[in-house]
Amino acid sequence: METRIIVVTSGKGGVGKTTVTANLSARLAMEGFKVVAIDADIGLRNLDVVMGLENRIVFNMIDVIEGACKLPQALVRDKRVDNLYLLPAAQTRTKDAVTSDQMKELCDSLRGEFDFVFVDSPAGIESGFRNAAAGADEALVVATPEVSSVRDADRIIGLLESFGKTSINLIVNRVRPEMVRSGKMLGVSDVMEILAIDLIGIVPEDDSVVVSTNKGEPLAMTDVSPAARAFEKIAGRIMGKDIPLRDIDDLEEKGFLVNFRKLFGRRGGRS
Amino acid sequence: MGFLDRFFRRETPRKSAKERLQLVLIHDRADISPGTMELIRKDLIKVISNYMIISEEGIEMDLERDGRSVALVASIPVLEVKRKRSREGDK
Repeated sequence: METRIIVVTSGKGGVGKTTVTANLSARLAMEGFKVVAIDADIGLRNLDVVMGLENRIVFNMIDVIEGACKLPQALVRDKRVDNLYLLPAAQTRTKDAVTSDQMKELCDSLRGEFDFVFVDSPAGIESGFRNAAAGADEALVVATPEVSSVRDADRIIGLLESFGKTSINLIVNRVRPEMVRSGKMLGVSDVMEILAIDLIGIVPEDDSVVVSTNKGEPLAMTDVSPAARAFEKIAGRIMGKDIPLRDIDDLEEKGFLVNFRKLFGRRGGRS
Repeated sequence: MGFLDRFFRRETPRKSAKERLQLVLIHDRADISPGTMELIRKDLIKVISNYMIISEEGIEMDLERDGRSVALVASIPVLEVKRKRSREGDK
């Protein structure tokens, strides 16, 4: 298949870009695709620890760009899952160590070698983000249902559009259905209405994410928690499977009847 | 709290978050300050006044959301259309 290069971005920091990158990469590798996850957050690398590969790094992305090593030497192979690789960021350099053109060249050199290339973008809208987006064909925008995150996501979507990216999909992360239902938190439908881009998945708030990050073992590899299932579905949709987004209905019950049922202490009948 | 809010259709935190976001994004997307809006308004009045007499007090001008884009919508009541020869540039 033709290589798909996907940038994972958000604008705001701490909304789950790295978690999404690690889990979708792992999941797609488990499905038999050859996948590489690139950490484009130069100077603040974290994808390595989230994937649990921090002890096996020898070279990094900047070494490849500067010609200090060959690309295959810098790729860290995941021993737990076949076909999964990490291209780490440099930790002791700054974002200025790479240009958009170099990043594009690097991404293009992976075409034909891999099925999927995920680029984990740094937060912000400066050069780091622009470089991460430079080589990508598609974008996944991660947002949490919070005012600041949605606002930043809107800005990022505008910028991606101005870069000429046409395939932009939204992941709403850390949704807390109870709070949405009780009117305390923005729902997925609210976020979608505001951002007006295609939704590719919803990830519920899940303690397992913290545990998996602590262990350095992406959820998708072992777990059957709600977040792991959500990543599995998103990976399926990326593969082109028709998996309906029925989560929205499960997460947010709406309408008169539902309210009526709630009034009498009954749930909508969905499991 | 959630139950009562729903029942009495009170303003929930969810609703206020959505409304505040929608408002702030209109300005983020258009990148137009209220000051600039006022300048546009004055220029519009100047240009249109060359052709017709309009009610300056009756002008409604606002940015509205249209999917992912923003539209400048103006409603300008026309009191009278000027005759061609009375236009400024034709003198």
